[in-house]
Amino acid sequence: MSGIFHAAILFLVSAGLQLVFGVQKIFNLACGSFYALGAYVGVSAVAAFTSAGGPPVLFIVPLAVAGLLVGAVGLVVERGLLRFVYDRDETFQLLLTFALVLMMEDAIRLTWGTAPQSTAGHYLLYGQARLLGAVIPVYNLIVIAASVLIAAGLGFMLTRTAFGRIIRAAADNREMAEALGVDMRGVYAKVFTLGTALGTLGGALVIPATAAMSEMGIELIVEAFAVVVIGGLGSMRGALVGALVVGVLRAVAISVYPEIEMLLIYLIVIAVLLLRPRGLFGGAAA
Amino acid sequence: MRGRVILGLALLALLALPLVLSPYRLLLMLPFMAYGVILLGLNLLFAYTGLVSFGHALFVGIGAYTGAFLGAHAGIRSIEVVVLVAAILGAVVAALVGLLCVRYVKIYFGMLTLAFGMVFYTFVLKFYRITGGDEGMPVPRPLLLGLNLDAMPKTDYLVGPYYYYCLGVLIIAAAVMWRIVHSPFGLCLRTIRDNPAKAEALGVGVTRYRWYAFVISGVFAAVGGALLGPPIGNVDPTLAYWTHSGNLVFMALLGGFAHFFGPVLGAFVFIFLQDTVMSVVPYWRLVFGAILAVIVIFAPGGLMGFFARPRPS
Repeated sequence: MSGIFHAAILFLVSAGLQLVFGVQKIFNLACGSFYALGAYVGVSAVAAFTSAGGPPVLFIVPLAVAGLLVGAVGLVVERGLLRFVYDRDETFQLLLTFALVLMMEDAIRLTWGTAPQSTAGHYLLYGQARLLGAVIPVYNLIVIAASVLIAAGLGFMLTRTAFGRIIRAAADNREMAEALGVDMRGVYAKVFTLGTALGTLGGALVIPATAAMSEMGIELIVEAFAVVVIGGLGSMRGALVGALVVGVLRAVAISVYPEIEMLLIYLIVIAVLLLRPRGLFGGAAA
Repeated sequence: MRGRVILGLALLALLALPLVLSPYRLLLMLPFMAYGVILLGLNLLFAYTGLVSFGHALFVGIGAYTGAFLGAHAGIRSIEVVVLVAAILGAVVAALVGLLCVRYVKIYFGMLTLAFGMVFYTFVLKFYRITGGDEGMPVPRPLLLGLNLDAMPKTDYLVGPYYYYCLGVLIIAAAVMWRIVHSPFGLCLRTIRDNPAKAEALGVGVTRYRWYAFVISGVFAAVGGALLGPPIGNVDPTLAYWTHSGNLVFMALLGGFAHFFGPVLGAFVFIFLQDTVMSVVPYWRLVFGAILAVIVIFAPGGLMGFFARPRPS
């Protein structure tokens, strides 16, 4: 069950990664850093909320709001940096996001210090539930439900709304979409901001269950990377399935034979890349 | 001509440095020379073959751990043996990994190499009974050319014999790589980079040549990695972490990957600049990230791009 909680968080981050890759063809190494940023901002928001006298039970509200709002960083990054390299080789795009990884890691250290930060004592506020013989914090269930809702919302947006149609068109054929009058600059800005917000929200939501550390970003990116490879680069359904595979496998491996935890995941990644290089759901539009 | 003069002057400077530089700065030269070897190899893939590896730290880690393993388990401290074994291991692993990786290009190649790098990283980290986990393993002081120099104080040893030894390896590596790049083989690689379809049509086995380049580059990285261990006296898993691979690509870009010696210059600037920045503020990543962003956006030719014409095209 903790595997599914982890999968829910992973899905949010990887969905952001997929969205950005699908439309902008940029593999955003910094999505893990956005996740870390969301986590730290989440901790601060909850601390500010409780010290301002807010009822602790409602802590999830400032948490989620902060997680979403800080996604605005994505807009700054897109307008300030990424837009200069859209017509460059993807190596440069990759390296630019790597530059972001470096900068954000230290920016977080500079702002919040090196000590781990946590929202002490909020995790079990909603109590625990018994499910299939296991005891699960209700908070986990809330996050899982939220993640499922977001997945459904993303699916609805992509397939049923005008903006979703534009996104899919842009992912398929940028020139054609532009020729038909789509303002790509606007689409890119929106997509990247949305992708970032998914990452920061994931970071904020994970934080009651763990502690924010400055390395969490560069660690998560490798897992998110495994998710998108297993699921197929650029595919939303892939992100969902990949996140479930990675999250659950990790939980199983930890309980059976902890040493092989991540090793197992990478081996699966390599196996998938070899057998189905486009991933389980590769080739599908964003 | 001008290039040769500069190269000669640089060589003279490297030879004379131990006479003028403080031991502290000389100690920084050691990782520079090790990284120089690594980057010569990386650049064969990056600039000449057009493949960006985000997992090259894997081979660096293999080379570094070879020295530690041979010292701890076999009692072998001869650096020649260590370098040789590292090169062989690097070649074997690169041959296997490369077999799978070179079937892909661009982002998929980068991702697959990253995944393999992380496999090695987690292996080293989790199997701590063999590898010491995150504390790493000690690297004994190597014998140079069979000479036991244990009697020397550590710093004297490192800035003296070991310095010249590394310099020798770097020069040999550069000479070998120069030959490779300027051979018909190197020309094939450039053709593959510029137009794989045409190369294939002309009878160049694209995948096979990419594989050769991958193996050679893995060997260079392993040799460089083997040199990296002794100055620190310890190797740890971060050597194989993906951000380390990223830093390697960063160095290549910083110096200017379009020039043969660009990445080596990049390693030099990276190491000394990192030291300078860290002596002022501990947040070197912030500064370096900004530098990298500026280079990517405004000066994709790197430092060499400012005063040299691009070479390998």
